[in-house]
Amino acid sequence: MSALLAIEDLSVEAGGRRLISDLSLAIGPRERVGLIGESGSGKSLTALAVSGLLPRGLLPHGSIRLAGREVIGAAERELNALRGSAVAIVFQEPLTALDPLMTVGRQVAEPLARRAKRDGAPLRGSALASAVLDLLRDVALPDPARLAHAFPHQISGGQRQRVAIAMALACRPALLIADEPTTALDVTTQAEILQLLDRLASERDMALLFIGHDLAVVASAVDRVVVMRQGVAVESGPVATVLAAPSHDYTKGLLQAARHFDDAIGRRL
Amino acid sequence: MTIPADTAILSRKARSWTLVAGLALVGLHLVVALLTLVWTPFDPTELAGRRLEAPSLLHLAGTDRLGRDLLTQIMIGSRIALTVGTAAVAIGAVLGTTLGLLAAFASNWLDDALAAALDILIAFPTLLIAMLVVAASDGANLSTAILALGLGLSPIVARLARILAKRVLLMDYITAARTSGTSWPAIVRIHVLPNIWPGLSVNLALQFGLAVIAEASLSYLGLGAPPPNASWGRLLQEAQGTVFSAPIGAITPGIALVSLVIGINLLADGLRERNDPARSER
Ligand SMILES: Nc1ncnc2c1ncn2[C@@H]1O[C@H](COP(=O)(O)OP(=O)(O)OP(=O)(O)O)[C@@H](O)[C@H]1O
Ligand SMILES: [Mg+2]
Repeated sequence: MSALLAIEDLSVEAGGRRLISDLSLAIGPRERVGLIGESGSGKSLTALAVSGLLPRGLLPHGSIRLAGREVIGAAERELNALRGSAVAIVFQEPLTALDPLMTVGRQVAEPLARRAKRDGAPLRGSALASAVLDLLRDVALPDPARLAHAFPHQISGGQRQRVAIAMALACRPALLIADEPTTALDVTTQAEILQLLDRLASERDMALLFIGHDLAVVASAVDRVVVMRQGVAVESGPVATVLAAPSHDYTKGLLQAARHFDDAIGRRL
Repeated sequence: MTIPADTAILSRKARSWTLVAGLALVGLHLVVALLTLVWTPFDPTELAGRRLEAPSLLHLAGTDRLGRDLLTQIMIGSRIALTVGTAAVAIGAVLGTTLGLLAAFASNWLDDALAAALDILIAFPTLLIAMLVVAASDGANLSTAILALGLGLSPIVARLARILAKRVLLMDYITAARTSGTSWPAIVRIHVLPNIWPGLSVNLALQFGLAVIAEASLSYLGLGAPPPNASWGRLLQEAQGTVFSAPIGAITPGIALVSLVIGINLLADGLRERNDPARSER
């Protein structure tokens, strides 16, 4: 199986400081991988590095092969061809992930139209509008026809996150990176979004890189996890193995914290 | 946000009042300006009465020191002010926004250099830059005045556009657009320009007011449109010698100038509030 994404010995430096060190990670087609780590461990930077979008001043070393193409050092033109078709990202903060001045429908229409044009079958007018509604329906948004005309501030956080997912889906990526898509949401909404991602990934044969800091949440969504700490991958393996027999102290700590939490909840119920 | 309902309604009323007042003032000047293209009470160069006549039914704003009708000249002044303001702001906006966006996108050292250059330029008053431009060109006329003012206010627009664009570029929706393969020109068109516009337009309205005033100053200094163009600045200058014997000659162009500047600012304020989707229905 040739990997869709193959990160090898990735390091990211900023002014002499190492933010990511020797990270290796591979994701095959339709595979689901979780990336877990505390705040500041370099999860978002990894996601940005994969699409060649590291902020200015952050230098990547090593190799990132996406759909068989090298990302590090690639020209903007080549990267633009990869972005969207090979990978799309759903961001952490649903409030800033949408343009405040654009209706939901138009925001979804933009990547949709671009993807269609790229595929040589341009979408316009009512065909585009109905494709937008299909997508909004696909991410289980209620009353898509009305929501399409709403501005981001007029819908809920969970709905915004669904719109952001719809925008990512509009690109029809082979790999969807979800960077803590549920962190800003309440527990019920969180579960719904997880289910949604699960369903969409299988329906559309998408691979998933699910980023999060909550072991329990991530474990429920993926087959394999990589645990990161201060820019270093401290552990990786199938979810069951890592949960049953964590080999690194940090992972043990994460697990214990999750258990304490469960116990506390169990006592209250 | 928990604004009590009654204040929210009040401020909404206040906003619509702003818009209506702005529209009325600017509309009045616009109508007058258009009217002068086809009709004025008198010919602006015609010696229609005695010198320095007080306002009368025939000459509603009196006459100047040569006996020309002042209302005619003030009306033509509206046209000149609107033309100069619009054209100068358009030049300044296009030039300034382009420069500001370039700086926002540029690599660190180029951005620093551009920002420093803009700060230096801004340290010179717009009027001074405009005077230098007029002095460097071969004669004072309306188009050199417009060009000079446009150039003069472009650094102010550029600095603001740069700051606003930099803030927008940090937003996740820009990164999201880039991850879906949107090119930079498309991102500028779709996301950056619309999102800097609300902040920029308020400033442009302010610049419009300043441009109208600066044009009056240029004309006052004899660097604006030459006679018989009746710019308000030139009317003020001509009324200067007779300000004690016939103050009306200085007061009316002053009122015209102030009413247009205030009108533009009210209009800009009202429009901004109305176009902000997050505020319009609160
Ligand atoms: N533009 C930048 N310049 C310098 N350092 C940066 C930059 N962006 C991020 N960092 C640093 O890189 C480290 C990793 O950041 P990253 O955003 O990847 O963390 P994260 O794992 O996603 O955390 P969180 O869970 O809070 O989102 C942090 O220590 C952060 O301070
Ligand atoms: Mg992050």
